[in-house]
Amino acid sequence: MSSFSYGHLGFTIVAAVIKIVFFMLVLGPGVASILTWLERRQSAMMQDRLGPNRANIGPVKAWGITHFLADALKFLFKEDFVPPKAHKFLFALAPILALAPALIVAAIIPFGPSLCWGHLGEHVPLGACSTPVRMQVARLDVGILFYFAIASLSVYGATLAGWASYNKWALMGGMRASSQMMSYEVTMGMAVLTMFLAYGTLEPGAMVEQQGGWPWQWGIVGIPHFISFVLFLTAAVAETKRTPFDIPEGEPEIIGYFVEYSGLRFGMFFLGEFIEIVFSSGLMVSIFLGGWRFPYDATLAASIPNALFVLIGFGAWFVKVFLFCSFQLLIRWSLPRFRPDQLMQLGWQRLLPVSIANVLLMAGWLLIRK
Amino acid sequence: MAVGVKVVARPGSLSQQLYLPAIAEGLGVTFRHFVKNFFGNITGRRDKTDIVTVSYPEEKLPYPARHRGLHRLMLRDDGQVRCVACMMCPTVCPAHCITIVPEEAADGSIEKRPKIFEIDELRCVVCGLCAEACPCDAIRMDTLEHAKPTYRRVDAILDKEELISRGIKSSAVQGGVGGFWREKVGDEPQTPPSGEVVPAGPPAGPVEPKLP
Repeated sequence: MSSFSYGHLGFTIVAAVIKIVFFMLVLGPGVASILTWLERRQSAMMQDRLGPNRANIGPVKAWGITHFLADALKFLFKEDFVPPKAHKFLFALAPILALAPALIVAAIIPFGPSLCWGHLGEHVPLGACSTPVRMQVARLDVGILFYFAIASLSVYGATLAGWASYNKWALMGGMRASSQMMSYEVTMGMAVLTMFLAYGTLEPGAMVEQQGGWPWQWGIVGIPHFISFVLFLTAAVAETKRTPFDIPEGEPEIIGYFVEYSGLRFGMFFLGEFIEIVFSSGLMVSIFLGGWRFPYDATLAASIPNALFVLIGFGAWFVKVFLFCSFQLLIRWSLPRFRPDQLMQLGWQRLLPVSIANVLLMAGWLLIRK
Repeated sequence: MAVGVKVVARPGSLSQQLYLPAIAEGLGVTFRHFVKNFFGNITGRRDKTDIVTVSYPEEKLPYPARHRGLHRLMLRDDGQVRCVACMMCPTVCPAHCITIVPEEAADGSIEKRPKIFEIDELRCVVCGLCAEACPCDAIRMDTLEHAKPTYRRVDAILDKEELISRGIKSSAVQGGVGGFWREKVGDEPQTPPSGEVVPAGPPAGPVEPKLP
């Protein structure tokens, strides 16, 4: 029994497994699945249409929210076609390589205040707990660098899919995907480097704790902070390969690196894209929008049971992430796409110099504020 | 500069070159539409929204009065079919979708009438020539109904009884004397000898016909 008390290996492993199952395997894919429906519904509303509202389970209709279940069923029963000259092994590996990094990056995202083990029913002020169970799968000191390390692996999924399909269009899509993602990772790194300066830490959980509940206490407030946010958002949209940066997919021209994929394998690319949206939103909410912090949270933490407070904090995080995902959908359905050369020009000639200048601006800002 | 390359000057101001103000404006437009349609839709006030979608089987747009729909056969005052099996419509039909087999009434009251009158709605090209050609106002296409989808092709062939089931008594005078039914709209309803008043024109559909 003692090996399952707080601080022992058994406890840590059980807690980690529960967090992984809940956060990375249930919450992320679940929200991503609903986003596939929400995207069509929201875009329809933006374009004066109704969108998919017919899917139902018996009498339960709920605005057609079960549409994603119908999609999943359809993917399950479609023929799993593999082109005769495709590289069988890489063809099978590519969707996994596209989906797995999207799930793994969730490990560093804090999705709620720390649970105070052994004091669940008591009033625990913020930061006063000696036995915290963090609502974060892995508290790594390298923090966001881990995000970059894993997220850059997802380029292999796209490139290998294009290569293994033995299709010119797919290959072009894969090449475009790799060039685009590598270009924008530089900007993304520079943008987040600015925030490293501001926070003095790489760890998203610590970043959230430095922010406050009110919007003016968030990480986005400040001139270099806001520029960094815009740069990071732009690069993150480019990383998820969605409009206005959907060059690798390019539906009207080359269809993309997954042109030869069908059935559940295509579903994995599709879901992976939406999981990337959810978790990149989660990361941006953690860095720039206060994470799970909400107004009066310090007062509330000292006056309600700890378990309830964690639940409310998680709810605040969830609402922020959901709204931010919705904002990403809004961007995707409002802006026209770039040409490949414009994309490269924007990435290397505009965003990169601005992001480097922004690092200097932030350094100067901090020097003056000191 | 390479030959054949034309450099187009970019629009001037910094705010335009930054893209961001224009992007914010665009997001504002789509967001306004979203909010308006979303809240109008969940509160059930579709009239407050801009949504143009028609949820077809539940909602139907009215067809225009001159819409050519399923055929029907009109009736005489005594309820018998008006058709005299003159073979005008199968002759004019470009799709050869009308089959008529004439007969004489058993009691001799009508010299010639259709024994079989079938229209294959799958072959029909909905040109309306049969209704134009009919000298007796017997065949019309003003039901404002589609040809129904069927599981078997044979079910798309309408027989005489089905064509008559949509029919009403026509007030046009048989034999070409008197008004054509279309000219009777808005006129005094005719009073047939039987005493039953039947107004001319298309049946009461979703739209009141407005014909000249």
